[in-house]
Amino acid sequence: MISTAVILSALELGCIYALVAMALFLSFRVLNIADMTTDGAFTLGCAVSATVAVAGHPLLALPAAMLAGACAGFITAFLQTKLNIPSILAGIITNTGLYTVNLAVMGFSSNVNLLRTPTLFTLVQPYLGSFFKLVPAAVIIVVMGIALVIFLNTRLGLSIRATGDNPDMVRASSINTGFTITVGLCLSNSLTALSGALLAQYQKTADINLGTGMVIIGLASLIIGETLLPKGKIWMKALGAILGSILYRFIIAIALRMDLPSECLKLISATIVALAIGLPAIKAYLKPATKGGKTGC
Amino acid sequence: MLKLHNISKTFNPGTVNEKTALSGVNLHLAPGDFVTILGSNGAGKSTLFGAIAGSFVVDTGAIHLDGVNITNMPDYKRSKFIGRLFQDPLKGTAPSMTIEENLALAYMRASSGTSPFSMISRKDRAEFRDRLAELGLGLEDRMNHPVGLLSGGQRQALTLLMATLVTPKLLLLDEHTAALDPATAEKVLELTKKIVEENHITCLMITHNIPSALSLGNRTIMMNNGSIVLELAGEERANMTTERLLKVFHEQGISNDRILFSADAE
Ligand SMILES: Nc1ncnc2c1ncn2[C@@H]1O[C@H](COP(=O)(O)OP(=O)(O)OP(=O)(O)O)[C@@H](O)[C@H]1O
Ligand SMILES: [Mg+2]
Repeated sequence: MISTAVILSALELGCIYALVAMALFLSFRVLNIADMTTDGAFTLGCAVSATVAVAGHPLLALPAAMLAGACAGFITAFLQTKLNIPSILAGIITNTGLYTVNLAVMGFSSNVNLLRTPTLFTLVQPYLGSFFKLVPAAVIIVVMGIALVIFLNTRLGLSIRATGDNPDMVRASSINTGFTITVGLCLSNSLTALSGALLAQYQKTADINLGTGMVIIGLASLIIGETLLPKGKIWMKALGAILGSILYRFIIAIALRMDLPSECLKLISATIVALAIGLPAIKAYLKPATKGGKTGC
Repeated sequence: MLKLHNISKTFNPGTVNEKTALSGVNLHLAPGDFVTILGSNGAGKSTLFGAIAGSFVVDTGAIHLDGVNITNMPDYKRSKFIGRLFQDPLKGTAPSMTIEENLALAYMRASSGTSPFSMISRKDRAEFRDRLAELGLGLEDRMNHPVGLLSGGQRQALTLLMATLVTPKLLLLDEHTAALDPATAEKVLELTKKIVEENHITCLMITHNIPSALSLGNRTIMMNNGSIVLELAGEERANMTTERLLKVFHEQGISNDRILFSADAE
């Protein structure tokens, strides 16, 4: 029922989208910020990557997309830390503005076609045979994953983690929280944009709507990963984001095989995220009831 | 060492909530001085620490530490050489980070010459282990446990270690044992004494416990209404008892209907 081609494409997409899960691990789990910039930053990555690739630089397209993503993250962080706009609203504001920016990057067209443009993947195709899409995607996610884990153990990385973990402590030890939040959001959005950049080159097209719902898809992957692996060290959590993303793609591949219309997927993702994040509360609702029953008072 | 000259601070000036929390405080500390601070609620003790640590800009006066004028230095720069502990043990550590990561952060923040991308070495890690072992709480075998799993006393002991891992020029302890049960508080106080003595740290400690204020350290000051109203050192302090001190306070009209001090020796 599931062919090698389906498995391969789920692995490829899993690796590419894992960058979003990792980005959300950084913003949502480490910094404790639900970053609504994600959708727009993903599309921004697609748009920049496609435009730069069309101009003849498919490799340069990747750092260019990351830089653009970092700028988007910077704006959200600026709104939040300097103008005191609540973090969710700050992300939504940036996200809304990015719609226009993304269109502009694509020359005010809602999509860019890369069919006859060399991409990262076509460049390595002669050497890698049928793995020409999986290998670059896997290498990038592994390198980024290792870099992220190392970074989170540096002085700055630890400061960023402490910022999300105990704002009181951070204020008392006077780590500049505005700075750590800014660095964190720039990094997470550059990862998101890199994911978009790879996806555009992977499917040889960039579209203004590619990023819609990406924050929920990323969170679903992240949470699936968290349930797979034991809680623990930071590298375990990064690995969880990658595995979760791959598993998510398999779930989708299976759903598509079962002739589930792809329009249903967003509802499924949304349900997974709502249930998973609401689980502690759901447990709390159920608990007193069972306790009361047992003690009989 | 530490010189406070004529420090004043008024909160919300010009409003109905105007509150003069410090008025003309002068204090000189010699290197190695361990000063305990007594005073009723609202006397301005924590505000004094805030002024020293740079939580706000003082209205008047100057603060010198080790000959350097730090009056206008931002708090995050001062935190490199001023350690500070609060009453709430949850405030000083990051719960989902491990003991080792908490120590690493404290260590790298206080060390000079670390870059934002510095990481701790194997040697640092061994040093953390030794220092944890000195606490005598068995934490050295739990370096990879999240701090959130520790008890309040363990967390406060860890916070103390974090603040002194790199010897600070000045250590500010704001009722750091007040939220702990008596036995644990005693233990953390013992550790405080040991760490401060071994590293010759200049230290200010706020407490509501007169016996420990008189037994710990070499000087005691008493604050009321934003001023230092009594200083005890040397022989006078050595001969002071809890009862006599309480009497002095009453004579000065300081302690009124409120329960200001716990006089029990625990
Ligand atoms: N940020 C602030 N804004 C306004 N007023 C303040 C502020 N901080 C302290 N105060 C006021 O200054 C006075 C001194 O407060 P402070 O916290 O220094 O007292 P304290 O001696 O530490 O008392 P306690 O023993 O209860 O801790 C109090 O009246 C307090 O209400
Ligand atoms: Mg106080």
